[in-house]
Amino acid sequence: MPLRARIWGCRGSLPTPGPTTVRYGGNTSCVEIETTDGSHLVLDAGTGIKPLGASLSAGAPIHLLLTHLHLDHVEGLRFFRPLWDPRTELHIWGPPSPVHSLRDRIARAVSPPLFPLELADSPAHMTFHDVPHEPWDLGGIRISAQPVSHPGPTLGYRVELDGRTLAYIPDHEPVLGVELDSLEPEWISGHALAESADVLLHDGQFTEDEYPTRVGWGHSSVSHAVTFALRAGVGRLVLFHHDPDRTDDGVEELRGRAKALWGEADGQPPEAASEGMTIEV
Amino acid sequence: MTSKAQKHLVLIVARELASQLVTPTFIADADGELVFYNEPAEEILGRSFAEVGAIRAEEWTGLFQIEDLDGAPLPLDRMPAGIALRERRPAHGRLRIVGLDGQKRLLSVTGIPLFASATEFVGMLALFWQEDEPARD
Repeated sequence: MPLRARIWGCRGSLPTPGPTTVRYGGNTSCVEIETTDGSHLVLDAGTGIKPLGASLSAGAPIHLLLTHLHLDHVEGLRFFRPLWDPRTELHIWGPPSPVHSLRDRIARAVSPPLFPLELADSPAHMTFHDVPHEPWDLGGIRISAQPVSHPGPTLGYRVELDGRTLAYIPDHEPVLGVELDSLEPEWISGHALAESADVLLHDGQFTEDEYPTRVGWGHSSVSHAVTFALRAGVGRLVLFHHDPDRTDDGVEELRGRAKALWGEADGQPPEAASEGMTIEV
Repeated sequence: MTSKAQKHLVLIVARELASQLVTPTFIADADGELVFYNEPAEEILGRSFAEVGAIRAEEWTGLFQIEDLDGAPLPLDRMPAGIALRERRPAHGRLRIVGLDGQKRLLSVTGIPLFASATEFVGMLALFWQEDEPARD
């Protein structure tokens, strides 16, 4: 069975509907991974999870893997239909925090004054899990999670099925103050997650011109994304987390720049994620 | 995954911080292996990190000849860095070190244990400040 992923949202930071984002989409991060047992595996709960939720049949367990708890990665949860269905078995996985439980941190976004209802009002059967240090299996998929460089506790994920691998690092500034080319692989944030992956969905929020005024914001320039992917030896880079100010034409320019930077390197030329895109490995 | 074990993000960020500091800084992982020191530390230790490479904690003392203020050899478990590493608590102290350039220097050292979570110890960061030798009567 191939490893299949479907992108339900790939916009960064802020939902961006409108005529200039029709081709790549305006919903924030959400990716569905097809499992082998009928359960549902979802990466992040940006606004893309709302249409995903409407497409799911009731009853099968849902595993939601959160990279982090910035609003653009959890804001769709409140409108995720299964959250309000008593038949739902929902497992939410996320980064550990030394202070507050995962449940308490998510509850902040699902409570007044940000939302009229409390998380406790949900009739769904929810279980919260800090991700384990070691790889684990969900729905026949092998999952690995590791912290990556981004403000606040943040994870990247690696999902594997029958030797096929997809890495998902949507919010990532792989280096700060040093050159990515100068580092040994083990010193590059996220390298082990992406190493030799068939597909890498990676932050490509900024142009190279924009990045110098946004250092430390936790995101990559297109150059970072390409260099990181080349250092990790991935087969196919898919730029993700498009800036909310990036129009469709702007995303295509960024993709063109990524292709130029990729040059004649091994693997497929970089692409840009778009809402509705299906990836089969 | 990677052939060499991925460094924990806390160590990666610590190294990025150290590489920007003018304060000599020394980083070891949870096993006590010296994994990085910055350019200002090279001035004190007498050789670049690239030349020394990653070495085990037990090798530090012999390599750098570390002494207490009375001139006696200072074992690892009495050094601020060793305390941070082995007892996993912060420590501060003064010592003398003979670097690989043969120069003896008086240092103040602060060792800070690095925890990624309450139970996940990932290494130690030590900051060095070189002091002037006290004037002798």
